Amino acid sequence: MKFWLVSLAIAIASGGLAVSGANEYLFFAGFVVLTFIVLATAWNILGGYAGYVNFGTSAFFGAGAYAAVVLFQALGAPLLVQIVAGALTGAALGFGVGIMTLRLRGIFFAIATVAVVFIMETLMINWRYVGGATGLQLQRPEAMAPFATYARMLFFVMTVMAIAAVGVARYIQTSWIGRGLRAVRDSEEAAEANGVPTLKLKLIACVVSGGLMGAAGAPMPMYLSFIEPASTFNLSYTVGSLGGAIIGGMAHWGGPIVGAILLGTLQQVVTVTISNEMNVLVVGVLLVVFVVAAPEGILGLFKKIFNK
Amino acid sequence: VIFSFDLLFEAVLFGVLLGCFYAAVSIGLSVSFGLLDVPNVAHPAVMIVGSYATYVLASYGLDPIVAGVVLMPLFFVFGILIYRFYYESFEKRGTEAGVRGLAFFFGIAFILEIALILTFGVDQRTVSADYIGTSLEIDDYRIPYRMLVAFGVALVLTAALTVYLSKTFTGRAIKAVAQDEVALRLMGANPVRIKQWAFGIATGVSAVAGAMVIIVGPVEPAMDRLFIGRTFCVVVLAGLGSMTGTLAAGLILGISESIVLMFLGASWAPAVAFGLLLIVLGVRPQGLFGR
Repeated sequence: MKFWLVSLAIAIASGGLAVSGANEYLFFAGFVVLTFIVLATAWNILGGYAGYVNFGTSAFFGAGAYAAVVLFQALGAPLLVQIVAGALTGAALGFGVGIMTLRLRGIFFAIATVAVVFIMETLMINWRYVGGATGLQLQRPEAMAPFATYARMLFFVMTVMAIAAVGVARYIQTSWIGRGLRAVRDSEEAAEANGVPTLKLKLIACVVSGGLMGAAGAPMPMYLSFIEPASTFNLSYTVGSLGGAIIGGMAHWGGPIVGAILLGTLQQVVTVTISNEMNVLVVGVLLVVFVVAAPEGILGLFKKIFNK
Repeated sequence: VIFSFDLLFEAVLFGVLLGCFYAAVSIGLSVSFGLLDVPNVAHPAVMIVGSYATYVLASYGLDPIVAGVVLMPLFFVFGILIYRFYYESFEKRGTEAGVRGLAFFFGIAFILEIALILTFGVDQRTVSADYIGTSLEIDDYRIPYRMLVAFGVALVLTAALTVYLSKTFTGRAIKAVAQDEVALRLMGANPVRIKQWAFGIATGVSAVAGAMVIIVGPVEPAMDRLFIGRTFCVVVLAGLGSMTGTLAAGLILGISESIVLMFLGASWAPAVAFGLLLIVLGVRPQGLFGR
């Protein structure tokens, strides 16, 4: 109950901020950070709870983005429909990849997801309808009232999506699914031997995780008014999602939120104040420092400090 | 494109050379990931560092191939240091590195990438030598000498590593670590020392591979990202840890990519490698030439 009250308060605050006179840049940057919260949360459902590394966040993200573009081009579908379509596409992709490779050792799943990124990118490069390699300019519709600009509206929409994603992750973590996934992570053989339906659980996690990533990708073309394969399937989405979860802490649904906010904000600040290159360096250093010195992430650090 | 056997022959010929290139860039990973189970995503980044080091030595007039060989001991030591760091951080604690190991090497790759950008800038770099830019001409076929370098490097590395792993004492010890680390420990041997030695070799080989990369074409700091997918693809296709398998998998990849390139166009080529990989993972996860 407390969780949903806080969520409601955040949603209202975000809506209020979006209709206020705050600087437009806040919404541009905030949207990206919120996207990374959704991605890190989604990634953590499979990567953190079950220990299966998805290297292909950008494939799921891109699948959602392109599904949205296709619907927008063909039918002029509204944003909400685009997001649902993105989620369904991501979930379907998750099911396909999962059923093929989740029987294998974790590392093979990781490699398979890398392959999916390249295959998706190649398919989109060769699909003229969505602009091929050069991409497609999108004429986005007017923002809905009460929002003055589209970026403000997207900021609010993404806040709601982030809350939904966290809610899903929280539900999974505390339900039988989460318990099963943790058993898979700790010892797959032992879990299987004790009657845990490991494949089914991993598939559920993969589908949910893929669906959330697809949903996160759907608003991106509208945000940029543009879509193009190379940036849509960029490694940075993968690294952001995995980095957010690892830096924040993978054991709890709160970890990816903390990690994504820290990493996302830091990246935005560094990109603006120093350069895009330094931003990559920041991610690299943070990843190494955290996995070596604080393998349980920021949440783990807090726990250690307060339990003493 | 109209099908003709001439074109097909040309595609296969170029595919063999391209395949050798893929094999050469992957063979170090075949040792570190294939045999040692270390998820070394930073392998291509280290290799590109090798390319830049070659560039520096070549600017003093050293031949790029010789430069690659000269760099090997340095990279060997570098590899040992990386493995040592990895071991102290993950393997020693007894936890399976898994997610964190991958993230660790991702971080290393990014740090190396930016170190290169800060030192050399983002511009492309090339080296020059007599055999770069000229071609061997047989009848109507023109084979660039630089691709023959890739061919040679791949064959030499594959042969050397195969012989080393099967004929020498240390080589066999490395294979033993790959097969059963616990048993080795029970025999009184120290698997960590063997593994760090093997990781050093894998990294040393990357220096030569890096030299080859800059001979074949211009390099830029972020180029390692292009290789992450392909190198893992080759190593898994090969069946983890098989050196001759790595060469064969590289060739399969090179030839099929080259044929698709010739008959369908360049934009479809990447799908081949990864489509092939997905099929292999689904049907025969131990790889084409696996144990």
